Amino acid sequence: MKKLFVYMKGYRTECVLAPLFKLIEALLELFVPILVADIIDLGIGAGDRSFIIRYSIYVALLGLLGLLFSVTAQYFSAKAAIGFASRLRLAAFSRVQDFSYSQIDAFGTPSIITRITGDIDRVQSGVNMTLRLFLRSPFVVFGSVIAAFLIDTKSALVFAGTVPLLSIIVFGIMVAGIRLFKAVQGKLDKLTKATGDNLRGARVIRAFRNEDKEVRDFSATAEALAKLQKFTGRITALLTPSTYIIINFATILLIYIGALKVDGGELSQGEVVALYNYMAKILVELIKLADLIITMTKAAASATRTAELITAPAEDSHEPDKAMPAPVEGAPLLTMEDVSFTYHDGAEPALSHINLTVQPGSRIGIIGGTGSGKTTLVNLIPRFYEAQEGKICYHGIPLSDVPKSRLRSRIGVVPQKAVLFSGTVRENMKWGNADATDEEIRAALQNAQALDFVQEKEGALDFVISENGGNLSGGQKQRLAIARALVKKPEILILDDSSSALDYATDYRLRTALAALPENPCIFMVSQRTVSVKDCDRILVLDDGQVAGCGTHEQLLASCDIYRQIHLSQYPDEEAAMA
Amino acid sequence: MKKKESTLKKVFNYIGKYKFAAVLSLLFSLISAVLMLFLPVLFGDMIDCIVAPGQVDYTAMTKLIIQGSGIILATAIVQWLQNVINNRITSDIVRDIRVDAIRRIETLPLKFLDNHPHGDLMSRVIADTDTLSEGLLLGFSQLFSGLTTIVGTIVFMLSIDVRITLVVVLVTPLSLFAARFISKRTYSMFRKQSEAKGRQTAYINERLGSQKVIKAFCQEENAIRAFDETNQTLASYALKATFYSSLTNPVTRFVNSVVYAGVTLVGALAVLGTGGVFSVGSFTCFLSYATQYTKPFNDISSVITELQNALACARRVFELIEEAPEEPDKANAQLSDIRGEVQFRKVCFSYEKDKPLLQNISFSVKAGQRVAIVGPTGCGKTTLINLLMRFYDADSGDILIDGVSIYDIPRKNLREQFGMVLQDTWIKNASIRENIVMGKTDVTDEQIKAAAKSSGAHSFIKRLPKGYDTVLGKDFDGLSEGQKQLLCITRVMLCPPPMLILDEATSSIDTRTELLITEDFSKLMQGRTSFIVAHRLSTIREADLILVMKDGNIIETGTHQSLLAQNGFYKNLYESQFMKV
Repeated sequence: MKKLFVYMKGYRTECVLAPLFKLIEALLELFVPILVADIIDLGIGAGDRSFIIRYSIYVALLGLLGLLFSVTAQYFSAKAAIGFASRLRLAAFSRVQDFSYSQIDAFGTPSIITRITGDIDRVQSGVNMTLRLFLRSPFVVFGSVIAAFLIDTKSALVFAGTVPLLSIIVFGIMVAGIRLFKAVQGKLDKLTKATGDNLRGARVIRAFRNEDKEVRDFSATAEALAKLQKFTGRITALLTPSTYIIINFATILLIYIGALKVDGGELSQGEVVALYNYMAKILVELIKLADLIITMTKAAASATRTAELITAPAEDSHEPDKAMPAPVEGAPLLTMEDVSFTYHDGAEPALSHINLTVQPGSRIGIIGGTGSGKTTLVNLIPRFYEAQEGKICYHGIPLSDVPKSRLRSRIGVVPQKAVLFSGTVRENMKWGNADATDEEIRAALQNAQALDFVQEKEGALDFVISENGGNLSGGQKQRLAIARALVKKPEILILDDSSSALDYATDYRLRTALAALPENPCIFMVSQRTVSVKDCDRILVLDDGQVAGCGTHEQLLASCDIYRQIHLSQYPDEEAAMA
Repeated sequence: MKKKESTLKKVFNYIGKYKFAAVLSLLFSLISAVLMLFLPVLFGDMIDCIVAPGQVDYTAMTKLIIQGSGIILATAIVQWLQNVINNRITSDIVRDIRVDAIRRIETLPLKFLDNHPHGDLMSRVIADTDTLSEGLLLGFSQLFSGLTTIVGTIVFMLSIDVRITLVVVLVTPLSLFAARFISKRTYSMFRKQSEAKGRQTAYINERLGSQKVIKAFCQEENAIRAFDETNQTLASYALKATFYSSLTNPVTRFVNSVVYAGVTLVGALAVLGTGGVFSVGSFTCFLSYATQYTKPFNDISSVITELQNALACARRVFELIEEAPEEPDKANAQLSDIRGEVQFRKVCFSYEKDKPLLQNISFSVKAGQRVAIVGPTGCGKTTLINLLMRFYDADSGDILIDGVSIYDIPRKNLREQFGMVLQDTWIKNASIRENIVMGKTDVTDEQIKAAAKSSGAHSFIKRLPKGYDTVLGKDFDGLSEGQKQLLCITRVMLCPPPMLILDEATSSIDTRTELLITEDFSKLMQGRTSFIVAHRLSTIREADLILVMKDGNIIETGTHQSLLAQNGFYKNLYESQFMKV
């Protein structure tokens, strides 16, 4: 949590001035009981009306001065708190940009979202309140104690005993509170996820007439949250009554001691009233402090969650920090030697002992059943995941020495699930290359078989795609995703089963266009259809994470059982021909 | 202004359910306010027992101390109870609102859900209700007690001295005017703030939901830049909203100082003027009331600003809750034991008014027929399914099942006739079993296993850490798209309805696995009217009826053989499969 303080930098003036001005306001307030004591002892005692009027005006003037100081302080604290929160949000969002795929999996997207939104909101109001009150309230408390000492040392001992006792109670409740509030936020994460699920799954839920069950499940999650909130509330609700008890018993004690002292002639009645007033001030201030502490407790719990995000290691930094090492002369484009990969500790390996050599411009087909490791294999190439065993080299350079952003800028990836972002077609295409001209974009769209439908859309390249490509069909999304990768003019193009929603005619035209790309990229074609890979220079057949065969279409048909089975499942007519 | 009031009224409707607790809370705040007000009177009396050396009345004082102690303890207990009750009420209300929101989401037209950023809707259900709950809690704990304290103080002060009371009462409305003046301006800023927040959440939701793609395209810098823009907009509204709202407190406090000065002046002069009838103790008591009396005004004004924010948020949630649901079901007829005849009659439909998609679609399907819908992407295949399931309603024309219009029967009754598997899989974070059963109650483990075996899902399920009890998202995370599709097929296999809709249902499943389940699939489709959208022509060759669609029209119909013989669009489509690259 302490690590978050660096984001306060630049607001140092505000952070100092806001509490300081609040302090001055408090100081002005502390004069009031003294003035009142003087009015009682000197004004009333001497029957001096003009003295009373003059001092009453002083009291009002102190208020006006306090107003000026506090308005300025409010402005400074709002500025600092919002500036801080806004930086924190940016820092958190930026850090997520440096997360590796495994980190994204581990945190979970909904949790990342609540941490950046709800949690930082809480931190913001916590900081704002803290700047306004945190110095002021203790100052009023301690200032009252000191003022009490100035009036009478022995009576002031009551104050000196009260304050530590209060601190212990307040601190204890706060510690318990932080832990509980953190648990509450965790439950809120779950609820966020449930809401998102319901929005995304609307069609399936309705098709299965599961609306009522979804409402029931959601209610259960919401109820669990409410329960925990109520429990937390019971604990934190102790704060106000316990401070109230302590302060008021202390007041009784104070008046009693005062009585003895006045009896003994050591104190005047006005001074007892002043002491009493200071105690009343402490009470008012402590109630404020208790509210502040609850807000701070919540903010602290949220700050911890935010800090977890911001201080998580940047496992996948996007900074183009390092230069690309010199390629080894004559080395192939890509080599894999005995590569194995496991997603979670202890789980079955998703890939084991893969060997592969790829020359520039060649086309590699990767085929295999569901869960055979096809996607995992191509995800290792742009270093989305790091292989635990074996060695991968790019132009002869070990992959771990190749800066990720430089590597990825040369690789065009079309993922299995076509994802587009709200914005125009042009904006989406420029993801591949920020400097791409409209000509280049059109060429990429043409090759991806997307130009026709894009031109039919209103505005063509300026057609606005809605969130997650909601206003496009599955096939249209896939073709745009391919075009986006083509705009990059990559050295390696990875197509991860990315034409599954295309009809055969379009798919065929797409493959023809890809084969004729002027840049002649090396293409990794992941597919489940033999027709998509049969023209590849080499086809890798994967089965349960292992290589079950490698060769051309004809070679594999002759030698690889699995490949033959896959092929025949798609072309039953050929069975007779082959027999 | 009117809108705001009605939002407030809606909040009150939710509170209505907890009337008893709310009344109790009100009662407790009344008690604690009176007790808290009474204590200074006792303290004032105690001070009056102390006059000068030798003039201290200890017996009276002891009595007062005992009374005081009792009051302090009683106040503390009542305060605690009131806090606990307030917390209960707000937690429960927010839960109710969220459940209502989700209930409404389940009944909103898909058109609404398809056209609204999910991030924004989520921010309404989660973040906005959260702000509302904070506002409510504050309202409950401080608004009641604030009001009772004000009334109580006036009564107590009147009982001591009328003139000074008048001073206090006449000056304080100033602080209310000031608070009102400020809060009016704050409300619009709070609304802008919460709108900006909604937009930002939508952005975060979209981008972080696809973080992996951002990384693949090295778009991190751009994502950060665009985020920064939304962030700065939010910050500028937040600064204004926060600053304006925080003016309330200093201003009311200033008014308090004026009151305090006035009480000091009038009080001190009164002590002089009455020659001690109005005692120093009463004067002290008055001063303490002056602080106590103005504190609730402070509280109320700060509560009001918080409530502004809470109401702005509540409005967004209520907007969602009050969004018009799907048109109510008609129950002119009921489908049961259907044969499965389907008829489209001159159906027209468009997603956007000025862009017609389906035009005068008519066709008939006999009971038990297997219908394949083919055509280029974007030609309206999925739209047909959307209409058949009533996810969207046709603009004109009619769709009949066994001669009954689907618009005459309840949606649920219609949907239970169909088993549907979509290309976009949807799997919940729940156990595999729950994901298959989907809420059905009377299914045995054997039935589930049998269904999973038919769908080919059993072989991967049994390898999961806890088999059918594996909780996705907790025990295991990382089903492939194909595995998800197998699960979705299992759902339908479990208790197949009379008709089937398979929209690219096997697009992510490898063909070997697909081949393994073909037989079970054929068995499933036996005697069931089935609509199949697929690009693999091999899987639809056996269809009884093929609808070839292009640009929202059905351009050819027939069987595989007859369509090939027609030598038209279908033939083209089919042949491209075997062309060499």
